[in-house]
Amino acid sequence: MGERLERAAGLSATAASTGGGAGRRASRLFHGHPKVGLGALLSGPLLWLIVVYLGSLAVLVVSAFFTIDEFTNQPTTQLTTANVEEVLGTRAFWDTVIRSVAVASAVTLLSLVLALPMAFYVAKLAKPWARRSLIVAATLPLWAGYLVKAYAMRAVFEPGGSGGQGGGFLQGAVGWTPGFGRTAVVLTLTYLWLPYMILPIYAGLDRLPTSLLDASGDLGARPLRTFRSVILPLLVPAIAAGSIFTFSLSLGDYITVKIVGSKTQLIGNLIERTLLAPNQPLAAAFTLWPIVIMIAYLIVVARLGAFESL
Amino acid sequence: MTRKRLLAGLAASALVLAACGSDDSGGGADTTAAAPSGTEAAATTAAADTSVAAGGGGEALTELGEGEGQVNLIAWAGYVEDGSTDPAVDWVTGFEEETGCNVNVKIGNTSDEMVALMQSGEYDGVSASGDATLRLIAGGEVSPVNTDLIPNYADVFPDLKDQAHNTVDGVSYGVPHGRGANLLVFNTDSFPSAPDSWGVMFEPDSPAKGGVSIYDAPIYIADAAVYLMATQPDLGITNPYALDETQFAAAVDLLNQQKDLAGQYWSLYTDQQTALEAGSVTAGTTWQVIVNLATANGAKIGAVKPKEGATGWSDTWMISSKAQNPNCMYMWMNHIISPEANAGVAEWFGEAPSNAKSCALTSDANHCDTFHAEDTAFWEDVFYWTTPTATCLDGRDVACVPFTEWVNAWNELRA
Repeated sequence: MGERLERAAGLSATAASTGGGAGRRASRLFHGHPKVGLGALLSGPLLWLIVVYLGSLAVLVVSAFFTIDEFTNQPTTQLTTANVEEVLGTRAFWDTVIRSVAVASAVTLLSLVLALPMAFYVAKLAKPWARRSLIVAATLPLWAGYLVKAYAMRAVFEPGGSGGQGGGFLQGAVGWTPGFGRTAVVLTLTYLWLPYMILPIYAGLDRLPTSLLDASGDLGARPLRTFRSVILPLLVPAIAAGSIFTFSLSLGDYITVKIVGSKTQLIGNLIERTLLAPNQPLAAAFTLWPIVIMIAYLIVVARLGAFESL
Repeated sequence: MTRKRLLAGLAASALVLAACGSDDSGGGADTTAAAPSGTEAAATTAAADTSVAAGGGGEALTELGEGEGQVNLIAWAGYVEDGSTDPAVDWVTGFEEETGCNVNVKIGNTSDEMVALMQSGEYDGVSASGDATLRLIAGGEVSPVNTDLIPNYADVFPDLKDQAHNTVDGVSYGVPHGRGANLLVFNTDSFPSAPDSWGVMFEPDSPAKGGVSIYDAPIYIADAAVYLMATQPDLGITNPYALDETQFAAAVDLLNQQKDLAGQYWSLYTDQQTALEAGSVTAGTTWQVIVNLATANGAKIGAVKPKEGATGWSDTWMISSKAQNPNCMYMWMNHIISPEANAGVAEWFGEAPSNAKSCALTSDANHCDTFHAEDTAFWEDVFYWTTPTATCLDGRDVACVPFTEWVNAWNELRA
């Protein structure tokens, strides 16, 4: 097998370079030293991870300590802690952070409540042939663009004038709408991120042997007791994994907030407005908040075993 | 085991970051702005004092060459219309056919956004208001303009040329586009007779409570200052962009009071337009072009310039110091102030044209009278957007609140 591969690699190498020496030498090197091959394979992605992700994150953190030119609003490399003090020392910004965490938590909880029965039905009750199409149906919203869905929800929640004239779908269908604001933001974000909660929970339930449920029933447990004592403990890693998506995506969102949030402001809106002001260092200082929150969150869910079930 | 966990954690956080990143670029198509790069910034620190003397990047063009085939513009909504909004409103297609320069336009929602976009260096020119022009000049983002290469410049109203917001040290940095006032828009169901004061947007007992639509930008603090000029003369505000600590605090207090009345803060003009059409705005600050668009879609609204006066704009087309298509940009600057195009923009956007000959070409013969193009007295209580600086713009010998503080205050207010 290895020999054949080597010959194939050697052939293409000879075809590519007329001399043929370098390609053949390289293929010999890889053949004899599997670790070198693995290194070559992984160095690209690793470099990407370190330079692009961690590098840009580092630049972001550092630039939070830059000053900006009063007049041109361009960042300068003169260092200051004023931005971080402004961000940490202002009551109004704390309120925004708390509000953002509350919205992200609400979205996560609501997604969980909706996803659990849906995933349970698909994994345990649906006929095998229906399972696949139900999962496809659950992920179907992901096929439409983010903006399309957010504006669709705008049309659903539109409150219209004082008498309700010109209102959106809800106003027309049931005569009531929460209007634009925090409720609409939570509902819209739940709609957007629900599939990310359903999929890991479905995978978790799929791995859960049905015999455990039967055993629980045979021992006299009612369905609720089975859910509480058998299903939920085994599902914790899957739920934690799903919540990473719903929580982090909601925490950083600012576009949905702009579209259906009316006056509501989350941390993402602060960052966007500051960036466009433009006050890039202050915007960078604001981003420290979601970074810190997400790191704390990831540590918690890692303890819950979220990464074993991803 | 622990190492495996760590790796998994890293991978997961990378995943999350990736998700956030792609979300931003996908959704933010209408709001993206390139962050100013750090290296560029280091080069422009010199202009820290407010005298703006240094200013300007590059040299003015001395000779007009062949068009490059395209031009990339940043403009206010309604300034660059190619017939796609309304087939009758088109001053771009003719230009493209005549010069071979294809026009690509990016709408800027606020002056601050326009400055940020220009700092990316990816655009050839911008229709900058007075609160952006000096920042662009001081930052070296724009080049001087050789007005000899722009034949239509000769017909521009003299009181728009060589002004503090478009000319530094006798060097012209652009061509005047037009000027107008930020108006008070109101719902005609709620206000059968037009309100004549900004009070409906500020006073706690306003009948517009819950339906007030506010422009979401730091420069809006000046609107509060304009209202205070009339209602609290003791504060001694003479220029809404030159506020000392006390005056500034009073304006911010007024805006905090306004929060209880607010129904909407808008930065995308389409957001206000849809709200006007849905009827959820009772009173708000607006541009004439939004009123025109919403009225065309059946909104029951009217707009006035209240008795206290108003903030406004006097806009200038400027050329980027990093312009890839300078010849096309010069052709565009000449075209947009030509009597035909200038009359078209002025009527569509609802502002006073800059070219004296435009007044004869507007489809409404009274347009220039309505918008007081030739009436200098009208403009006395219109305060053109300009950049607040620590040195008071009204010449007082006290410390004024600079624009960076305006940004922070607005952020705090909106948080």
